[in-house]
Amino acid sequence: MNVLLKDEELKSTEFTENNIKVCVEDFNFYYDTVQALKEINLKIRENTVVGIIGPSGCGKSTFLRCFNRMNDTISNIRYEGNIAIDGNNIFDKDLDVVDLRKNVGMVFQKSNPFPKSIFENVAYGLKINGIKDKGFITERVEKSLKDSALWEEVKDRLHKSAFALSGGQQQRLCIARALAIEPEVLLLDEPASALDPIATAKIEELIHELKKKYTIVIVTHNMQQAARVSDYTAFFMLGELIEFDVTNKIFTNPSNKITEDYVTGRFG
Amino acid sequence: MQMVIKKSWFNNSIKEKLIHGFFFCNGIISVVVLLGIFALLVFTSIPAFSEVNLKDFLFGTTWNPTSYVKEQYGIIPMLVSTFMVTIGALAIAIPLGIGTAAYLSDVASPRVREIAKPTVEILAGIPSVVIGFLGIVLVGPFLSKVFGIHNGLNALNGSILLAVMALPTIVSISEDALSNVPKSYGQASLALGATKWQTVIKVKIPSALSGIIAACMLGMGRAIGETMTVLMATGCAPAMPERFLGPVRTLTSSIAIELGEVAYNTTHYYALFALGLVLFIITFFVNMTSDIILHKFEKVNR
Repeated sequence: MNVLLKDEELKSTEFTENNIKVCVEDFNFYYDTVQALKEINLKIRENTVVGIIGPSGCGKSTFLRCFNRMNDTISNIRYEGNIAIDGNNIFDKDLDVVDLRKNVGMVFQKSNPFPKSIFENVAYGLKINGIKDKGFITERVEKSLKDSALWEEVKDRLHKSAFALSGGQQQRLCIARALAIEPEVLLLDEPASALDPIATAKIEELIHELKKKYTIVIVTHNMQQAARVSDYTAFFMLGELIEFDVTNKIFTNPSNKITEDYVTGRFG
Repeated sequence: MQMVIKKSWFNNSIKEKLIHGFFFCNGIISVVVLLGIFALLVFTSIPAFSEVNLKDFLFGTTWNPTSYVKEQYGIIPMLVSTFMVTIGALAIAIPLGIGTAAYLSDVASPRVREIAKPTVEILAGIPSVVIGFLGIVLVGPFLSKVFGIHNGLNALNGSILLAVMALPTIVSISEDALSNVPKSYGQASLALGATKWQTVIKVKIPSALSGIIAACMLGMGRAIGETMTVLMATGCAPAMPERFLGPVRTLTSSIAIELGEVAYNTTHYYALFALGLVLFIITFFVNMTSDIILHKFEKVNR
């Protein structure tokens, strides 16, 4: 099953004005005085999966957390440059970060369900948005759980604690929670790094399904995973974007020597 | 080659036993003292009931042990007073305390927290007599001015002061509980587009609920048992309390006021011990309830 878009297909429709979802321009990011990201330029197509790979500490997660401005919760950070989603600069002063995060969902490395029931976990995002219609909430919870391929496993125990689920189920619950508010972009921060191979396979399968509706950015330590799930791959090192291209090219015929060394396992 | 085992001058197993015995004694002493207090209260209370009907004691609405006509030992006015003052104090201290704790744990910058939290905790060190003094010179006149009453020493005054005294406990323990909520919960909530405020109310506080309830119960224990402050600030009229702005006399202040002047081994003397027993039982149940609640929440949350 090769769900990756064919190279020719990607090239032929590549980056027309209409299908660019996210556009990063000359982006710099600093923790206090340390520059974590240097002059990043990147365009992400709608309904594709972008994998971000690179050695530890290269700024992958920092970069990912810029898209929904989760870095704002850290003090002493600074950024320069632009990130635009659907043409809107996310650092615009008039833009409410709360609204941004409703449109850019995120799933974290370690599954982090709330100490609530499965149902309440998924319904949380809807409830904080002021949705009170019970029928609508129930419907949306069911849909999200189906979309995250968890429904069959939990439909009989929706009101049991989310902590009773296995690690892989918890992570899919977190994905369902993020999907419930129907974001435009989904950020996944090493979503399978704490899971066993079977649970990982399920998450990867899920990602293939999800990209029909969402634009997905996934950070991963696991190069095979990037090769399996992503259409495009970005290789980061020491805060710089070394190479960004169609996944097949990155893994088979990279234009940069460092990329080649990394993907062939010569370092990392 | 043979290994040489040095013999210690003192047999190790005896040393172990002595240490074991030492800690056992320490442990047993506190239990013995507690049981001793309980026994003392029970046995000194019993003689009171040879002359006072238990029903009159528990449900009587007049406390007048020094009457020339008919001595009456009804504890209802004092129970009502105690509950009025305690509930008033909690009504003020719980929202304020949880609000402060939420502010300190989630909103305040680290520097503000480093200064503010110890400051709140120092509040716990203020002697209760000083707080009572403030009640007389500060809160009392303020209340009489605001509500247009001639005497500011009343249940509300006591509630306000007890709230101040319970606040450090509630703030400090609630803040610990909130800070112990895994960061990932807050992150998940924020990433879903929740505001800081929603995150605190809907995720942080529910997750820390067991700790917060324990904090409130401890604050309640402090409020029920506190003597000097309420004695000074509540007016201490032994009559049945009628309203929040009237004088009240709690169980504790009754004991404190009367035990100094009561004739030894009289019914009145024994009755005061019975008051102590009632107080003991109330605090015991408060603590037990908080324990049960704590365990229940722990089970749900884990």
